[in-house]
Amino acid sequence: MGKIIQKRVLIPKRVTEMTIKAPVIASKARPGNFVVLRLSMKGERIPLTIADADPEKGHIVIVYLIMGKTTALLDTMKEGDVILDLCGPLGRPTSIKKQGTVACVGGGTGIAALHHIAKGNFQAGNKVVSVIGARSKDLLLFKPELEKISHEVLVSTDDGSVGHKGVVTEVLEEYLDRDPDVKEVIGVGPVPMMRSVARVAQPYGIRTLVSLNSIMVDGIGMCGSCRVNVGGEIRFACVEGPEFEASQVDFDELMMRLQAFKSQEKESMELFEKKELL
Amino acid sequence: MQKKAKTKTKISPRVSMPMLDAVERGRMFSEVALGYTLEQAVSEAKRCLQCKKPTCIKGCPVDVDCKGFIRMVADKDLAGAFARIKETNSLPAICGRVCPQENQCEKTCKLRPTGQPIAIGRLERFVADNYYAHTSCEEETGADSCVPIDESLKVAAIGSGPSSLTLAGYLAANGVKVSVYEALHSPGGVLLYGIPEFRLPKSVVQREIDSLKNLQVDFLCNYVGGKSMTLPELFQQGYKAVFLGVGAGLPRFMNLPGESLIGVYSANEYLTRVNLMFGYRFPEYDTPVPPGRNVVVIGGGNVAMDSARTALRLGAERVRVVYRRTKGEMPARQEELEHALEEGIELEILSSPLSFHGDDQGVLNKMVLQRMELGSPDDSGRRQPVPIEGDTFSLDTDLAIMAVGTGANMVLTQTTPELELNERGYVRADPETGETSMNMVFAGGDIVTGAATVVEAMGAGRRSAREILKRIKG
Ligand SMILES: Cc1cc2nc3c(=O)[nH]c(=O)nc-3n(C[C@H](O)[C@H](O)[C@H](O)COP(=O)(O)OP(=O)(O)OC[C@H]3O[C@@H](n4cnc5c(N)ncnc54)[C@H](O)[C@@H]3O)c2cc1C
Ligand SMILES: Cc1cc2nc3c(=O)[nH]c(=O)nc-3n(C[C@H](O)[C@H](O)[C@H](O)COP(=O)(O)OP(=O)(O)OC[C@H]3O[C@@H](n4cnc5c(N)ncnc54)[C@H](O)[C@@H]3O)c2cc1C
Ligand code: SF4
Ligand code: SF4
Ligand code: FES
Ligand SMILES: [Mg+2]
Repeated sequence: MGKIIQKRVLIPKRVTEMTIKAPVIASKARPGNFVVLRLSMKGERIPLTIADADPEKGHIVIVYLIMGKTTALLDTMKEGDVILDLCGPLGRPTSIKKQGTVACVGGGTGIAALHHIAKGNFQAGNKVVSVIGARSKDLLLFKPELEKISHEVLVSTDDGSVGHKGVVTEVLEEYLDRDPDVKEVIGVGPVPMMRSVARVAQPYGIRTLVSLNSIMVDGIGMCGSCRVNVGGEIRFACVEGPEFEASQVDFDELMMRLQAFKSQEKESMELFEKKELL
Repeated sequence: MQKKAKTKTKISPRVSMPMLDAVERGRMFSEVALGYTLEQAVSEAKRCLQCKKPTCIKGCPVDVDCKGFIRMVADKDLAGAFARIKETNSLPAICGRVCPQENQCEKTCKLRPTGQPIAIGRLERFVADNYYAHTSCEEETGADSCVPIDESLKVAAIGSGPSSLTLAGYLAANGVKVSVYEALHSPGGVLLYGIPEFRLPKSVVQREIDSLKNLQVDFLCNYVGGKSMTLPELFQQGYKAVFLGVGAGLPRFMNLPGESLIGVYSANEYLTRVNLMFGYRFPEYDTPVPPGRNVVVIGGGNVAMDSARTALRLGAERVRVVYRRTKGEMPARQEELEHALEEGIELEILSSPLSFHGDDQGVLNKMVLQRMELGSPDDSGRRQPVPIEGDTFSLDTDLAIMAVGTGANMVLTQTTPELELNERGYVRADPETGETSMNMVFAGGDIVTGAATVVEAMGAGRRSAREILKRIKG
């Protein structure tokens, strides 16, 4: 349990994929679920989405963006190393039913998380249209993987190095105009992107979900750190989410709360880089 | 009756327990109450009247033979005293520290009317602390010899708080193989993540858990009941019965404007960051704790006191506890309230928060409160706080901690639709046996009663263990 089977650098010094042995979690993981992991006795607990699961092999896949101390420390781990604590699957799974066309919109590292959701929809017999975006071609993740489980993959980059030049929601909007049969839109990515997905999809009256990445500690509904404002109510993303109806989400509040520990996170990372804390 | 007692024996005052100095300790995480010496314990034990009809035992939710073990302390038979306590209480070092004894055993002690009941909790703690050097199986269980564990008689407990720990101790002592599944990375429940080090050292909790491991109880952390495994799957794996002790950890908020500002935390989050994650040792440990110079804690129970005293130890200049009734109505243990006041915590009674305010970065800097007064008594006889129209005031604050109660943990109940719940989301269970609506599934502790006490959770664990034993050995 927790042994790193394979490590694959997707974008050097930025994004890495790990395949981890976790038979219990793999047998239970559904699209939309996440794990909480802790790397050392002094470590913090952080949530990462289960990007894929292979129940036969007992493997799960995570894809992480190196942000600060914990993800940087995770990135120092090698194949064969063991993750100290790995808990999951957590969160409510995406509710997937056969319903027609589903637009899966992903930005940045969110594309990896979106992969499992798109795969679930594909296996359920839906028409999957994956709409993904990144700053440039070398920062675009999981395109080949998504092509295997999507009927169509639409791409945008900020610099136009591949696909549409511009933001991913422009591509989404154009697609929604073109295809009247879209039954559901799911957006996973940076908060501004998800806010924009909510805005773009709204006029079409299509059910739209976003996956919220608020700060978590326990991941089992005991601390309230992950609370988000949905439709004016306090909801706990770890046990009631992470997916919520996009039009109801207070994205400004989420953005604000993600900054809560900025100064400590910076201090932690600086000490780590100076190798004073390992 | 009381008069008789008085004339027969001259009642000496209770032997007081040594404490760390209030000013010094207010900045440290070391345990505040230092515990009796042997001499002090013996002289306290000698005060006990050894009543023909002892009433102390009735006050204890887990039936500790107070009279019996106190007698042994008076005779300096600490091994005997420990065994006697362990017969019914699997976590004596913890109970001796955190039981609200004034409402339990010490309340029903015959000496209580004198104002000087026997310090049963302190004696219990003394016996446990002293005895933990020895850990043979016989001594752990209080039995004459160890019952061998029958690997085919398996019982699973979900959650590792005091209810499950007690159940595990009782069953293991009777030869049952128990596996305790815990969602977090370490076992102990609230004893670990909630109650702070200065009141209940983590080493004490660890010792009780180690003693269960000696009885071959397995602890499986990072397993989420209902997620990592369902209840039917546990039965498929051969467990004969399942006990649910998942607690009532879901923090409540008040739904006030500004409650999501940076600087407003649930007590659970604050205490978890500090206790479970060792955030008080940031940056050596990775989990950050919100800094607070001018701290306001909302609530009047143990959780509020623990949060306030923790904030003080983390360097707050000023800590105020806001409570909507008066000091006399505060649900916190009296001893804890007194400790808090000695350490310099201030009370802001008869007030209730209305809103929180922050700067343009969303960082809390102020809160507005409503002054209250006590109105007429309600059905329960408690006088209800009512707002004094137009009387509001504000407090500057950079850290507000909400300790206004908790609800049922939902992960397991959410994923186990077969389990019958009550209107408030707690598991319906038979008060005598803990049996739930599901066959051979039992529940106890806070997930049944709502937030209560450690020893009540233990009592529930014990009752279910007894019933389970009867059924599976039957
Ligand atoms: C349900 C969920 C799923 C997620 N899935 C992924 C994923 O698949 N891949 C991925 O790269 N990232 C994912 N994240 C975000 C990831 O948890 C954070 O990037 C990570 O915790 C940063 O840790 P750090 O110590 O490296 O960086 P830090 O410097 O400590 O933090 C960087 C930023 O990450 C956020 N963050 C910090 N601590 C936490 C925490 N405990 N919980 C959540 N966010 C935090 C804050 O906004 C912070 O400013 C997910 C978050 C959630 C809530
Ligand atoms: C800050 C604080 C101070 C307190 N002070 C006192 C005091 O001084 N005296 C006193 O008597 N009482 C006190 N209490 C109350 C007392 O701690 C509780 O009543 C008692 O711990 C309840 O025990 P429990 O067995 O129900 O489980 P809990 O201690 O609540 O533990 C439940 C455990 O189950 C785990 N869990 C939840 N869901 C799952 C799942 N699906 N799968 C696996 N594991 C799961 C949780 O992570 C947790 O570890 C205090 C409580 C708090 C919060
Ligand atoms: S367990 Fe608690 S109530 Fe019972 S005797 Fe010990 S201190 Fe008193
Ligand atoms: S503890 Fe109190 S009630 Fe119990 S035997 Fe002693 S004096 Fe009597
Ligand atoms: S992370 Fe603690 S309640 Fe959601
Ligand atoms: Mg971090």
